[in-house]
Amino acid sequence: MATDRSTPSAPALRVENLHKSFDEVEVLRGIDLTVAEHEVVCLIGASGSGKSTLLRCINLLEPVDSGRIWIEGDEITGRGVNVNKVRRRIGIVFQAYNLFPHMSVISNVTLAPRKVLKMSADQADARAMELLTRFGLAEKRDQYPDRLSGGQQQRAAIVRALAMKPDLLLLDEITSALDPELVAEVLDVIRELATEGMTMIIATHEMGFARDVADRVCFLDQGVILEQGPPSVMLSSPSEPRTQRFLQRIISAGRL
Amino acid sequence: MSGVAPTTPPELLGSRQSRLLGRLRPGGVAIATLSTIVVFGVIGYVIVSSPGWPVVQQTFFNAEEFWAAFPKLLPALIKNIQLFLIAEAFILLFALGLAVMRSLPGPAFFPFRLMAVVYIDLFRGVPSILVIFLIGFGVPALRIPGVTNDVFVLGLITLVILWSAYVAEVYRAGIEAIHPSQDAAARSLGLSRAQGLRYVILPQAVRRVIPPLLNDFIGLQKDTALVSFIGVIEVFSRTQIIVGASFNFTAYMSCAVIFLVLTIPMARFVDWLVARDRKRQLATVAR
Repeated sequence: MATDRSTPSAPALRVENLHKSFDEVEVLRGIDLTVAEHEVVCLIGASGSGKSTLLRCINLLEPVDSGRIWIEGDEITGRGVNVNKVRRRIGIVFQAYNLFPHMSVISNVTLAPRKVLKMSADQADARAMELLTRFGLAEKRDQYPDRLSGGQQQRAAIVRALAMKPDLLLLDEITSALDPELVAEVLDVIRELATEGMTMIIATHEMGFARDVADRVCFLDQGVILEQGPPSVMLSSPSEPRTQRFLQRIISAGRL
Repeated sequence: MSGVAPTTPPELLGSRQSRLLGRLRPGGVAIATLSTIVVFGVIGYVIVSSPGWPVVQQTFFNAEEFWAAFPKLLPALIKNIQLFLIAEAFILLFALGLAVMRSLPGPAFFPFRLMAVVYIDLFRGVPSILVIFLIGFGVPALRIPGVTNDVFVLGLITLVILWSAYVAEVYRAGIEAIHPSQDAAARSLGLSRAQGLRYVILPQAVRRVIPPLLNDFIGLQKDTALVSFIGVIEVFSRTQIIVGASFNFTAYMSCAVIFLVLTIPMARFVDWLVARDRKRQLATVAR
């Protein structure tokens, strides 16, 4: 673990010159990114630009080829880092929810608090119910995931991640698998988390949502962050031609 | 259902009736009956009209011998039931260990994967009777102090060794059928690899392979007859004793009936389980 843990000004996340290849294809070619505490960063860019890979590298689901990552000043890419401990601090919500289909909603939420944080069943249940109630899922506690709508499943997945009280939440295109009428109920949850000050990195195709919720928008292109800035600038008058072309395509597709 | 779900789309599932009876309409019943009478009638006629039939009937299908065999065979059946029940318990555990060993990722676990692969290839590839002879006669011949000479125990151990290789592959198929995103979800919450396996992957994998596991259990039930060759007096060796004394093979038929009474209900139970899972899956997809 690195040195400047006690420094109060350590950013929630720092990524330095991150590279990642799958076989011959270099997906990330030198990502530099710093996210401050309570900041909400939206990653935009075409499919295959590396958004998902970047998120999966940040919580070490994918081993990085080179480069370094710090969480609140602690380096997590060094040798001898306990990845299980690192992942407790970083929540991730997936595009396809990835709920555990053989467990009820409440068991999905309490599994990690009980087994990883060693909370008692009562404690874990209480915390889970608090979160489920807040996000309108209290009456679904004993249902199995396949009995829930897509929107409810995704909200349950968000609750499951929040139950670990992560310092940083990663959201990987969490509305892409949803029917259009279910998108809003999930985005509302994220808006609420943003106002509470949750530090989040959000890979998204929902530009309207990015404009609302993001403190900063990063445009990923061919494995690098080509351009970044406040959403008001990035989503109306970006300076890079590639960003302009991407936005043009989004606008003509009616997504902004 | 909206979105991405790991279920098969309904058009791939279709609706299938009992494969034995097919989908019979009134006219179909008549045709099925007629064709059954014709087919079995011809086969029956060919056998019964053969020159050797009177002798075969007397030596294999003697009604008196048939019923007389049961009181002698049934007490010996206890051994078979003990064998397959005790063996199954050990097989389910040991095979799970083998399957997990074979599924361990990364270069550090290579020797363990190798051991599991060699074990499974070896005991699936060698005829069962050979292994039974090797262990049943070989182990006592070593005369290692403290190692049992009890043929029942040695037979039991052999069955566990042999069937664990098959059952391990059934488990492995179940483990590999679970999408990697489930493991990713478990690990992302901070669960260790072992915890992810125990709480997320294995419960789903085992549930999926219950029907094939029961199929192997049927195979094990039949294989309990093999340990007769190293001297365990179970139902098949008891049959051979009867045949040897009477010079009449009818007791083999009685023995066959006993095994069928054990295995057929299990086979129907597997069918019922598969049909029930299918229905549930269809119900989920249809919503």
